[in-house]
Amino acid sequence: MLNINTSLCKGCSYCIKFCPKKILEMGTERNNHGHFFPHITDEASCIACAMCATICPEGAIEITKEETNNG
Amino acid sequence: MAEYKRPESLKKTPSGFCPGCMHSLATKLIAEVIGEMGQVDNCVHIVPVGCSTLNLAYWQGDVLGAAHGRAPAVATGFKRSNPERLVFAYQGDGDLAAIGLAEIMGAANRGENFTVIFFNNQTYGMTGGQMAPTTLIGQKTTTTRYGRDPETTGYPMKMCELISTLEAPAFVARYALNTPKGCRDAKKAIRKAFDIQMAGKGFTFIELLGNCPTNWGLSPLQTLDYMESNTIPYFVPGVYKDKYKDEVK
Ligand SMILES: Cc1ncc(C[n+]2csc(CCOP(=O)(O)OP(=O)(O)O)c2C)c(N)n1
Ligand code: SF4
Ligand code: SF4
Ligand code: SF4
Ligand SMILES: [Mg+2]
Repeated sequence: MLNINTSLCKGCSYCIKFCPKKILEMGTERNNHGHFFPHITDEASCIACAMCATICPEGAIEITKEETNNG
Repeated sequence: MAEYKRPESLKKTPSGFCPGCMHSLATKLIAEVIGEMGQVDNCVHIVPVGCSTLNLAYWQGDVLGAAHGRAPAVATGFKRSNPERLVFAYQGDGDLAAIGLAEIMGAANRGENFTVIFFNNQTYGMTGGQMAPTTLIGQKTTTTRYGRDPETTGYPMKMCELISTLEAPAFVARYALNTPKGCRDAKKAIRKAFDIQMAGKGFTFIELLGNCPTNWGLSPLQTLDYMESNTIPYFVPGVYKDKYKDEVK
């Protein structure tokens, strides 16, 4: 599971640049500090490589292990 | 599958750094290492003057403020009287390589048992982008309007190379923060430096090449490419000294 804490984001786009699956995209909404923030376009394709989380200067992206649906 | 959790030694509010500023990235990497070592309550972050000062309001845990350039002197006194604490000074290039040159060389030469993390963004960020000793040849700053000219200002100072000529330092290395790989390598080196310190094996110095999008006049993304083609070829990343290569993991 990928979670972007949008209120911490400053819109630098580093995460978008380094996502190997190209599934992060800058949005058109602004957060309460006036910054645009990214969203994930296709979570099923995420390989949880954490490139995005590693380069995010603000620590705004968290990745947790996927819960299995069928136990 | 990788997991990633925001480190607990950062406040749960945004940092004070500009968008895309790698001070924020460097601080986050240090915080991750300290969390992984279980040292959140035992570590002391020495904050000098420069944009690193913004960590006074961002770092959860003990911070000690030092006068401009004097973090290694403050760290010396604190660490000598509290040898069990994990002590690191986090200094900018103006702070460390200009006004604080005597303090860093003295501490390194004495082999003081703490870690200096040196954030080199090739300018005085906090005061509006003046030339630093590390400013690249040809780089435009507010005090080198036509680009840095070595005829009048000398050449960019290579701190890892200088410090590695001294006998005492245990570990001296440089990394660039403009890629996830650079960040991961930097993090491993910070861990190694802290392990060396906690084993009482002496002075450790990690230089992190970073940016200042605001004063470079570039977007955050543009600074990544600028670093690749300008900063990294001059300030070559790598390990410059590793005294206990085979002893400390
Ligand atoms: C004794 C003293 N002289 C000058 C200043 C002004 N000053 C504040 S920050 C700074 C330069 C900081 O540059 P650097 O260490 O590279 O930090 P950066 O902001 O780039 O991270 C200067 C000269 C000061 N605060 N104190
Ligand atoms: S974890 Fe990897 S694949 Fe998933 S969004 Fe981040 S960079 Fe892309
Ligand atoms: S790297 Fe972090 S701060 Fe930058 S755009 Fe992505 S989520 Fe926002
Ligand atoms: S002025 Fe430069 S170094 Fe300071 S926070 Fe802004 S981008 Fe970072
Ligand atoms: Mg600087």
